Amino acid sequence: MSLLLNIAVDGVAYGMILFMIAVGLSVTMGLMRVVNLAHGGFAMIGGALAHWLLQDLGFGFWLAVPLAVAGTVALALPLERLIYRRIYDFGELQQVLATIGLTFLMIASVNLWQGSSLLSIPLPSALSQPVDLGFRTLPFHRIFVIALGLAVIIGLWWLIDRTRFGIKLRAAVDNRATASSIGIDTGKIYMASFGIGAGLAAIGGIFGAELLPIDAYYPLRYMVLFLIVVAIGGMGSIPGSFAAALGIGLTETAARYLVPDIATIAFFALVIALLALRPQGLMGRA
Amino acid sequence: MSLKQGAALALAIATCVTGAAWADTIKVGVIASFSGPFAQYGTQYRQAIEAYQAQHGKTAGEHEIEFIYKDVGGTNPDQARALAQELLIRDRVDYLAGFTFTPNALAVASMATQSETPTVIFNAATSAINKDSEFFLRTSYTLWQVSVPLAEWAYDQGIRTVATTVTDYGPGIDAENAFREAFEAKGGEVIDEIRMPLSTTDFTPFIQRVRDQKPDAVFAFLPGGPPTFTFTKTYNENGLKAEGIRFLGTAETEEVNLQGLGDAAIGLTTAYHYSGAHDSDANRAFLAKLNELDPKAIANWASVGAYDGVHLIYQMVAAAGSDGPAAVEAVKSLEWESPRGPLKMDPETRTVIQNVYIREVERNPDTNLLQNTEKGIIATVGDLGWDK
Repeated sequence: MSLLLNIAVDGVAYGMILFMIAVGLSVTMGLMRVVNLAHGGFAMIGGALAHWLLQDLGFGFWLAVPLAVAGTVALALPLERLIYRRIYDFGELQQVLATIGLTFLMIASVNLWQGSSLLSIPLPSALSQPVDLGFRTLPFHRIFVIALGLAVIIGLWWLIDRTRFGIKLRAAVDNRATASSIGIDTGKIYMASFGIGAGLAAIGGIFGAELLPIDAYYPLRYMVLFLIVVAIGGMGSIPGSFAAALGIGLTETAARYLVPDIATIAFFALVIALLALRPQGLMGRA
Repeated sequence: MSLKQGAALALAIATCVTGAAWADTIKVGVIASFSGPFAQYGTQYRQAIEAYQAQHGKTAGEHEIEFIYKDVGGTNPDQARALAQELLIRDRVDYLAGFTFTPNALAVASMATQSETPTVIFNAATSAINKDSEFFLRTSYTLWQVSVPLAEWAYDQGIRTVATTVTDYGPGIDAENAFREAFEAKGGEVIDEIRMPLSTTDFTPFIQRVRDQKPDAVFAFLPGGPPTFTFTKTYNENGLKAEGIRFLGTAETEEVNLQGLGDAAIGLTTAYHYSGAHDSDANRAFLAKLNELDPKAIANWASVGAYDGVHLIYQMVAAAGSDGPAAVEAVKSLEWESPRGPLKMDPETRTVIQNVYIREVERNPDTNLLQNTEKGIIATVGDLGWDK
């Protein structure tokens, strides 16, 4: 029984971290139809900025985090304007090549700026305290991450389903030409959604750093993991990413508790089986 | 042969012989990673080499010494072989050095033997490597060399049950075997052996499993960087430290990433051959020179491996110039004082015999930085894995 509870708690916390980083990718890949392999790069930039603000400039945690997220968005917007805007119309292979090149640029820049060692993001004591759950202790950080993940999914649902911006975004995605002919500034809409994607990546990078620590090679190290979440969830489906991230978190955690020696094999076998059955992902549009 | 031809031949021979005596620049080819995820190692080597040259000059005996750096990227045996070939044939180096990864070192073994080139391994820590070539010398350590003394020390401290958690790859399994064999020989019990996938990001399941079994200590072996960071954090956050389950490790608290581990690292116990905080004049001089050349440089096992490797090369060059077999012979039992403590080459394994220290991570009250404080010497040993 306590084993099951352990798996549930650890799996959900891990899944939420995956969700927060990958949901931004799902937004850009699914809604904007750009295979953005540089997505992990934005998570890393968010983390590196947070590290810099906290460690080198001595800012407080709750000030450094919003600044780092804002800084990432501020970097992402001109990138969208200058580079991504030209990538939207490329074929998939060209998009992959362009964005992987961008990833290497990001890695090299962070490497030059902060070096290749770990960039720690120390948590405030309120977040790092262990909490006694009765059957075990859990760092408060994990509980916070679970809450934050839930807040992100509710916020996104509200934004896309219930606001004017969401209506325009969906219209622009479905038919860009028609949307702009009825007066929607699709360029601005795309830029804003790209910024949201990058900002979400930065939040995920910073709060996920406890499990996926930030260093210059972060975007390459975890690229496959993020892509798996989006592929299983179905591109562009936010509930899909959510279900996929939780599923992956729980499966991987369960495999590690029960069969540690073959955990990786079990995990990827499951991913292959799932994608063979549903190539469009759990909730993707076929 | 006519008189004229004979004279020409004699002249040619004379030119060659004297030419050799004048060839006063001896080249050393360093094969290591200078780019990519493992660039840190190459940087550490280069900084240590430059510090040594700044301290001891660029000549050994009659010869000037020049280092040529080649970037092998990462674990890439084919590339290591190609670079060694290029260094030997085109650059005409007389010595090879570097080698962070075991496969890279193994790939050049036959070439080192054929060309009789002394090859100094700065890191690659698998015992068997030196069996592949008579010309391999190693100034780092082997996993058995540090894991066995740690297991024996742990038993002597009253630790009777241990769970081992190692990353599931060559060195991890080596460490697991070494630790178990030594610990069980003493009478201790290894109650669980967990092999964690190399791609593990969340270590909570493994840590929780260890916690449920309540051993006296957990022995860990992880590759440096992100895995160590997450593992030690998880170890603390899941209350193992509070429960009194001790952490026993080796290279996990190495200096380059130590500050990044933060307060979670305080109190971690490791057995290892080098600490940046080693209290000796040789170490202080080394650190001072390193920081003078690059204020950001941090000394760790990779730096000291390269530093001592360069010392070995200087001694070989001074004794035998470019004569490979004589050079190896000259340093087979060399003894010297290194920044890590006294060192001695073992003539059989051609790996250094050195002190293994037990250390604990503490915050230095003066600098407020984390350091591996040495608590004592637990063994002075050579490569214990040679006959395994």
